[in-house]
Amino acid sequence: MTTLLRTLALTLHYAGLFAVDRVDLNVQPGSVHALIGPNGAGKTTLFNLISGLVAPTEGTVLFRGLDVTSLPADRRTALGLARTFQTSRIFGAMTVLENVLTGLQPRCFAGLIATVLRTPAFYREERALVARARDTLHMVGLSARADLPAATLPHGEQRLLEIARAIAPEPALLLLDEPAAGMNPAETAALANLVRRIRDLGTSVLLVEHDMGFVMDISDAVTVLNFGRCIFQGTPAAARQAPEVMEAYLGQKVAARLAARAPRMTV
Amino acid sequence: MLAQQLINGVLLGASYALFALGFTLMFGVLRVINLTYGFYFSAGAFAALFLTRDAGLGIWAALPLAAVTAGLIAVALDWLLLAPLRRKRAPELASLMVTLGGVLALYSAATAILGPDIRRLPPGLVDGTVFELAGLRVATPQLFILVASFVLVGALVWLLNFTRLGLAIRAMAENPDAAGLMGIDTGRTAALVSFVAGCLAGAGGVLIGLNFNAIHPYMGESMMLRGFVVVIVGGLGDIRGALIAGLALGVVEVLTAGYVDSGLKEAVAFAILVAVLWTRPSGLFGRPALRRA
Repeated sequence: MTTLLRTLALTLHYAGLFAVDRVDLNVQPGSVHALIGPNGAGKTTLFNLISGLVAPTEGTVLFRGLDVTSLPADRRTALGLARTFQTSRIFGAMTVLENVLTGLQPRCFAGLIATVLRTPAFYREERALVARARDTLHMVGLSARADLPAATLPHGEQRLLEIARAIAPEPALLLLDEPAAGMNPAETAALANLVRRIRDLGTSVLLVEHDMGFVMDISDAVTVLNFGRCIFQGTPAAARQAPEVMEAYLGQKVAARLAARAPRMTV
Repeated sequence: MLAQQLINGVLLGASYALFALGFTLMFGVLRVINLTYGFYFSAGAFAALFLTRDAGLGIWAALPLAAVTAGLIAVALDWLLLAPLRRKRAPELASLMVTLGGVLALYSAATAILGPDIRRLPPGLVDGTVFELAGLRVATPQLFILVASFVLVGALVWLLNFTRLGLAIRAMAENPDAAGLMGIDTGRTAALVSFVAGCLAGAGGVLIGLNFNAIHPYMGESMMLRGFVVVIVGGLGDIRGALIAGLALGVVEVLTAGYVDSGLKEAVAFAILVAVLWTRPSGLFGRPALRRA
């Protein structure tokens, strides 16, 4: 199987600081891939480079075998790349259902002419898109909220709405930026189930997350960043035992002391 | 007498509202105070003049054609002046200055080419019959202006709230980055918003040109002053606010001219602007973003 997402020596530096430094990332299809690392390691910046919000200084982003490095965000979305943000960026003035519909662009002849002429095909497609949006809301458990203004939802539901909006078009890859932030343990467990279901329905997931229990529980692969560099890539089990990962999180001295005392520490 | 003044005020205010809607739409979605907006108003009026006087079209054909012409000019100017700044994420002040320079250049070029004198639309363009109902008089041109304004405002509200394109426009108004990630082509949406706004300004130019029967290159500039009052009083980016404030400004101007002094109508308009800003800095309705109208 070919790699779904690949970055080759992806680099971004501002003012002499390497925010992302020659990162080679490989995300396999059908997997949940976690991107972890201490604060300021460049995880969200890497997300911005992959989704096209920021242009890299150097390096290449390959998505489904295509070089998308110079494509704008909306073209990458059209190719099947979706993302959510660390702080929710739902459209607060729209209803919950309308939010999901923004992610569903009509696939056939869209635009002004069909909108104005209101052809039967237009209506058929519009109905199919609304049905698809409602199904997605059902999947994340927000069916009952469909017609409320999105800004009135509590925090946890806004995050679910953002995920629904991103997965409605059935993307090939979903980027989740700290999806469990601010969630209680029950909500986190439900989120883990949702992420697995998303993967099983054919959307691979690349996620940034600080909740290690959550990461170890659902990930098939883990990449660790520190100071913009990729310092580890492998399975969650291997990441737990890698000394360089422990060092990045705990600092060199503490890690060495812990390693001397107990050779198998969990991260 | 008062009822008659109120009617005249609403008729005038309808075209102010129409003009201001495009301006507030542009601000709400593109987040830039686009000073070239007044030029589309002049462009629409001149296009209508050429279409009716030289091409011999009737007003029903000339109005949409002139509006579309102004819309296309708006798209071209946005692409030329503002799109490069948007791509570089330039600060808002830079875009404001670019449009200020752009509009001054456009007005002086238009004056150099067309001449500064006031033109009149061909007589008899709109049948001059005056309707009388319960002692109130409404002339056909006024009725035409009212109907055209309501149709255009209705079309805008429909476009924003009940169509795909409207959904894309509202998404972009709230968060352009997130809209891009939803697969919305933000460059194309920006062009579309410029087109719609330009059409509204152009249509406003035709209607005001018809109302006062005076067309000259700088007519957009005095309109921009009113546009500012309407848009700021109504709340920048607020469609419903612009609608209400536009009608109110028309009524206030007519009442001032009728009962106080016609020379004072602009002074009163700006006194209201200042008073509103003192008491409600984000506009009468205090809603900053583009909302469902």
